[in-house]
Amino acid sequence: MKILVPLKRVADPDNANKVKIPASGEKIDTAGLEWKPNPFDEYALEAALRLTENGTQPKVRAGEVVVVTFGPKETETTLRAALATGADRAIRVDATDDKLDGDLVARALRALVEKEKPDVVLMGKQAVDGDSNQVGQILAELLDWPMATFAATIREEAGALLVGREVDGGVSTLRVKLPAVVTVDLRIVAPTSVYSLKTPQTHKYNDGVRFAALPAIMAAKKKPLAEVKLADLASDQATKVSYHGFAAPPARKAGIKVKDVGELVSKLKNEAKVL
Amino acid sequence: MADVLVVAEVAEGKLKKTTHSAVTFAQKAAATIGGSFSILVIGDGAGKAAAEAQGLGAAKLLVVEDASLKNYLAERYAPTVAAVAKGYAVVVGTASAYGKDLLPRVAARLGAGYASDITEVLADGGTLKYKRPMFAGNAFGICSISTPIQVVSVRQSAFAAAEPTGGQSAVETVAYAGPSKAAERVEFVSFDQVKSARPELTEARVVVSGGRALKEKFNQVLDPLADVLGAAVGASRAACDAGYAPSDLQVGQTGKIVAPQLYFAIGISGAIQHLAGMKGSKVIVAINKDADAPIFQVADYGLVADLFATVPELVKGIQAAKG
Ligand SMILES: Cc1cc2nc3c(=O)[nH]c(=O)nc-3n(C[C@@H](O)[C@H](O)[C@H](O)COP(=O)(O)OP(=O)(O)OC[C@H]3O[C@@H](n4cnc5c(N)ncnc54)[C@H](O)[C@@H]3O)c2cc1C
Ligand SMILES: Cc1cc2nc3c(=O)[nH]c(=O)nc-3n(C[C@H](O)[C@H](O)[C@H](O)COP(=O)(O)OP(=O)(O)OC[C@H]3O[C@@H](n4cnc5c(N)ncnc54)[C@H](O)[C@@H]3O)c2cc1C
Repeated sequence: MKILVPLKRVADPDNANKVKIPASGEKIDTAGLEWKPNPFDEYALEAALRLTENGTQPKVRAGEVVVVTFGPKETETTLRAALATGADRAIRVDATDDKLDGDLVARALRALVEKEKPDVVLMGKQAVDGDSNQVGQILAELLDWPMATFAATIREEAGALLVGREVDGGVSTLRVKLPAVVTVDLRIVAPTSVYSLKTPQTHKYNDGVRFAALPAIMAAKKKPLAEVKLADLASDQATKVSYHGFAAPPARKAGIKVKDVGELVSKLKNEAKVL
Repeated sequence: MADVLVVAEVAEGKLKKTTHSAVTFAQKAAATIGGSFSILVIGDGAGKAAAEAQGLGAAKLLVVEDASLKNYLAERYAPTVAAVAKGYAVVVGTASAYGKDLLPRVAARLGAGYASDITEVLADGGTLKYKRPMFAGNAFGICSISTPIQVVSVRQSAFAAAEPTGGQSAVETVAYAGPSKAAERVEFVSFDQVKSARPELTEARVVVSGGRALKEKFNQVLDPLADVLGAAVGASRAACDAGYAPSDLQVGQTGKIVAPQLYFAIGISGAIQHLAGMKGSKVIVAINKDADAPIFQVADYGLVADLFATVPELVKGIQAAKG
C-alpha cells in the first residue's frame, strides 16, 4: 500500500496560550514558540506506518509512506523527523502559511496525488493552529474519492479500509474502497486501533506514536526529500478565504477559591444564582 | 441572489437542535446582505423533520427525501446540497460532526471558500465578515470569503438556538440529485450509538465533566451529581482515551465545544486543549486536589480537595439547597 501523509508544522500547541496579538491586530505572533508537528498529522503518520507493516516487525516496510508539507525551507526539519520515524520519502512544497488557505492546500494536494498515485491519503482531521478541519474533505471531493473523516480505528481489508469514525452520538463505521482519503482523530494511536492485513489481530501496539531511534535519525538524513514549487501544483494560487485581522480572546475575570462544599453551594445559589 | 441557505441536520426523522444555531446565523446574515433565508432539510424522514422548522422565519423549507439517504454519507448528500446551494449567496450549517464532514465537501463541489466554526458574523457595510477561533481559542481571526457562494459552519455554543416566532414557510420538495461517483466506493456499515437519557452536551444548561482522576469510578461518582443537576456529562481527553467515558463526551478543542450556564471540571487539570472547549461557560467550578492546577485560572469557584470525598458531599449540599 502506498500512503501519502500531509504533515503540517504548528507553533507548540501546548503553549498556544502564549501566542501574541499586536495591538494593530495584523498577525498572530508565535515568536518564542517551538515548532512541532501537528499532533493529528503525527497520528496519521503513525497510522500510515501501522498500515504498511506487520506490527510484530515494525522495521520492515511493506509499501511506501510519503510525507508532504507546505512550508518554507525550515519545515524540512519536520519532514526529516517524519523520515526518521519511518516514512520513506518526503516532499516540501515551497509556501508560507499566510499565502495558503485550506482550498489551495487541497488543490495542490490533488495535483500531487495525481502524480504520486497513492492508495490512501491519510492526514490529520485538523491542524491545531488554524483549527479549520477542512483540507481532507475538500481534497476528497476534488478527487471524487470516498472519504472517512475522524477515524478512530482502521482495519485493512483486501482493496479497502474498514474505518470506525468518532461522530456525534457514537461511532459510525464505513468501508471505503481504495483509493480514499482518511482523516484521523485522537484515538487512532491507541494500542488496538490500526491493523494492516499483515499484523496479527492479537498484536498490541504501544499507546501513542513511535519515536525515532538515533540510528534512524542518522539514516533519515540520506532519505530522499524533494522540493516542489507551489506553482507546479496549482496554477491559480489565489486563496478563497482571506484574513483581515486578529484579536485576542476576552479574558475571564479571576475567580476565587472556596474553602469547602458548604461555601461552594452557597456561592452557586446566592451569588452566581445557577442552582 | 442575496439569500442564505441553512443546511439542516436530521436524525431519526427529527430536526436536530444544531440546526437552530445555523438559523440564528442565517437571520443575521440575511439581514446584512438584504435577502431571505431558506432551510434545506435532507435525509431520511426529512419531510417530517421539516415540519419542525416551521415558524423559524424561513422563506422556504426545501425537502429532499430518498431511500438512498437513509444512512448519512457525504458522498451521497453533497451533490444535492451543492445543486440547491447554487441559487444562494451563503450556505451555512453547524459545526457538528455532520456539518464538519459535509460542508467542506459541498464547498469544494461549488468551488466556494469555506470558513469553519465561526463564532460571530460581522456586517461590514453590506458584506459579511466572520470571526473564528484559532490556536485552541487563544486567538480570533476575522476573515471573509471571496467566492460568489460562501460556505460557513457555525459554532453551536456561539449562536443561541433560534426560537420559533410564528408564520408559515412554504414547503417545496426538491429532487435528490443522485450520488457522486465516489459514493460507489463507500459503504455504510454500522452506527454504534451511545444511548443516554441525559441532555445533549452541546445544549445542556449544566455540564459535569470528569478527568483522568476519576478512573473506573467515572460514572459512579459523576452520575449522582449530573442527576441532581439535570446535567449533561462531559470528559477530558485523558478520561476518554482511558475508556472511562465514551469518546463522544470529550470536551475540548478537538471534541465538543460547550458554553453552559454552569460547568464543573472535576479531576481535570485544565490543559489548553480542554480549556478551548469550555472557557465560554458562564460559571466554571473546578474541583482538584492540586492547588496549582491550571484549571483554577479559569474557574470562578475553585475547591482544592479530594474529589472522591467532595463530590458525594456536593450532591447532598445541592439537594439540600434545592429543597
Ligand atoms: C500567520 C498566518 C496567516 C494566515 N493567513 C491566512 C489567510 O489569509 N487565509 C486563510 O485561509 N488561511 C490563512 N492562514 C491559515 C492557512 O495558512 C492554513 O494553513 C491553511 O488554510 C490550511 O490549513 P487549515 O488550518 O485550513 O487545515 P485543516 O483543514 O485544519 O488541516 C487538515 C489537515 O490538512 C493538512 N494540512 C493543512 N495545511 C497543511 C500544510 N501547510 N502542509 C501540509 N499539510 C497541511 C494536514 O494534514 C492537516 O492535518 C494563516 C495562518 C497563519 C499562521
Ligand atoms: C492534538 C490534541 C488534542 C487534544 N484535545 C483535547 C480535547 O479536546 N479535550 C481534552 O480534554 N484534552 C485534549 N487533549 C489532551 C490534553 O492536552 C490533556 O492531556 C488532557 O486534557 C488531560 O486530561 P485530564 O485533565 O483528565 O488529566 P490530567 O492532566 O492527568 O489531570 C488529572 C487531574 O486530576 C487531579 N486529581 C487527581 N486525583 C484527584 C483527586 N483524588 N481529587 C481531585 N483531583 C485529583 C490532578 O491534580 C490533575 O490535575 C488534546 C491533546 C492533543 C495532543
